[in-house]
Amino acid sequence: MATTAERPAAALEQASTAARRRRRRRAARHRQLVALAFMSPWIIGFCAFYVYPMISSLYFSFTKYDILSQPKWVGLANYRFMFTSDPLFWVAIRNTLWIIAIMVPLQVLFGIVTATVLTRIKRGLPFYRTVFFLPTMVPLVAAALGFIYILNPAGPVNRVLGVLHLPEPLWFVDPRWTKPGLTLIGLWGIGQVMIIFLASLLDVPRQLYEAAELEGARPWQQFRYVTLPMISPVIFFSVLIGMIQGFQYFTQAFVVSKAGDRTNEVGYPQDSLLFYTSRLYQQGFEGFHMGYAAAMSWVMFVVIMACTVVLIRSSRRWVHYQGGFR
Amino acid sequence: MSATTAAGAAARARRPVPPEIRRRRLLLSVANHSVAIALSIAFLLPFLFILATSLMTNQQALSPNIWPHPFVWSNYKTVFESFPFVRYTLNTVTYAGLATVGVLLSCVPVAYALSRLQWRGRQAAFILVLSTLMLPPQVTIVPLYVIFVRLGWIGSLKPLIIPLFFGDAFTIFLLRQFFMTIPQELSDAARVDGASELQILLRVIVPLAKPALAAVALFQFLYSWNDFFSPLLYAGNNPDSWTLAVALQQFTTLSRGVLWNLQMAASLLFMLPVIVIFFFAQKVFVEGVTLTGVKG
Repeated sequence: MATTAERPAAALEQASTAARRRRRRRAARHRQLVALAFMSPWIIGFCAFYVYPMISSLYFSFTKYDILSQPKWVGLANYRFMFTSDPLFWVAIRNTLWIIAIMVPLQVLFGIVTATVLTRIKRGLPFYRTVFFLPTMVPLVAAALGFIYILNPAGPVNRVLGVLHLPEPLWFVDPRWTKPGLTLIGLWGIGQVMIIFLASLLDVPRQLYEAAELEGARPWQQFRYVTLPMISPVIFFSVLIGMIQGFQYFTQAFVVSKAGDRTNEVGYPQDSLLFYTSRLYQQGFEGFHMGYAAAMSWVMFVVIMACTVVLIRSSRRWVHYQGGFR
Repeated sequence: MSATTAAGAAARARRPVPPEIRRRRLLLSVANHSVAIALSIAFLLPFLFILATSLMTNQQALSPNIWPHPFVWSNYKTVFESFPFVRYTLNTVTYAGLATVGVLLSCVPVAYALSRLQWRGRQAAFILVLSTLMLPPQVTIVPLYVIFVRLGWIGSLKPLIIPLFFGDAFTIFLLRQFFMTIPQELSDAARVDGASELQILLRVIVPLAKPALAAVALFQFLYSWNDFFSPLLYAGNNPDSWTLAVALQQFTTLSRGVLWNLQMAASLLFMLPVIVIFFFAQKVFVEGVTLTGVKG
């Protein structure tokens, strides 16, 4: 603007630039205030529900605290107990790892398979997509209750298995079969992952397949060297989200455990459904060991951060970003 | 019908497809559809089992019969009569409704500041929003619980609703992404006309962002409707404040023998609104999921 304006006398120019600068600075300050006013709900929420709780949770983790009496400083005792003496902490870790290492990859795989099936359907795609997505909408509590009934030892699934002369597991009663049972619920609710993969699969340029075909690539090779690299960012995303959600795995396990158990214990049968968050809930909100629960939540936070960093580091080797986008 | 055969004839005239290739294509299409139909049946069967059981007598539900005989439609009436189903529904609607209002009121201005205002610290603030998106709620529940105990809010729906009037990372993120796509010239034109930022937000951006606002409202409503962990934690000790999710779970432990027929009927009533909403707004879900997935 200044370059196109005609040049007035030198003194006048100086005065006007100073005035302009002042005006501009005032405008900037005004803009800053307006922006902060718009941001204010989040700023209050961030301080009240994130910053303060994070700090006080760290403090609680070094104390013995049951809400009723004042927190008592115990140093590292909670952490020491967690890693060396709490028999159920490592059980919870092992069960949670089962979810992250077995169920989440199975979900991703099943998501890719169902999405691939959909890409090959020419007629009736909206119908199939609706059907595959529908279970995702079912509230977790309702889904868990439904599966408790469907998988009960005399339930419909076992009746079908019996007719086919296949073994009939006791599912949610037998500690060895509880997590596979939960995996079935997880696979049933695959819709979101599937939709994301479907979009990503349809985004793969057709020319790449044509080129691969000209080179004589077989279908499996096309999948391995064209499809897989092209959808790897989505695989990365769903593994990352799956990992974070794996640590939070709670609702389905809680509903299943409590429905099966008469002593009303989290993790029934035989602690096979005791997950990290279940243990945290049990310690903090059934036993009111708030200090120990706070320590568990901080360990969870640190572990999730570490896993995220590791996953992002490793992604540089196996995730292919088109156009070099990072 | 005639149009497709005409098009097919034209294609054939251009380049005749050898019969063996045509046969292979047909076989492939049959194979693909069989896989898709098999998967559809697997996805739909649980719904059918739940529906069938909800119409059985309790003896039938525990017997090896798969088909209800006779159909006990009165199970649905019994659900309303034998426990305070209406009360739980009202609690759930209150939670989901107010949570949605809160999220919209608080997140629209924040997303506006993060996408359409130039100010110092904007980038840092956005990164903080994203990092809270990644943060599992379990990390902060202990101190939050303590705060809500001090405020006397435990046993009510307040701890579930009030925090949502102070922003929600997921909603802020989605709205910001949408606001970014609205041309800057529209705001500039309004600014030249002397409109304040609040007027621009309310008169220019909000009307243009109606589809995004609807999507975000829908997501929040359903999230709260389905939510179990928070209502259990903060309202679980007071049956008067139970939402449907908590109530359905609690009944499996309260009654000695679970009445599966009633439990399934109640579960079906619980998921029905969600499924109805899904059929009316399917596009929103499919697009919303894709947006969050690819952008994230």
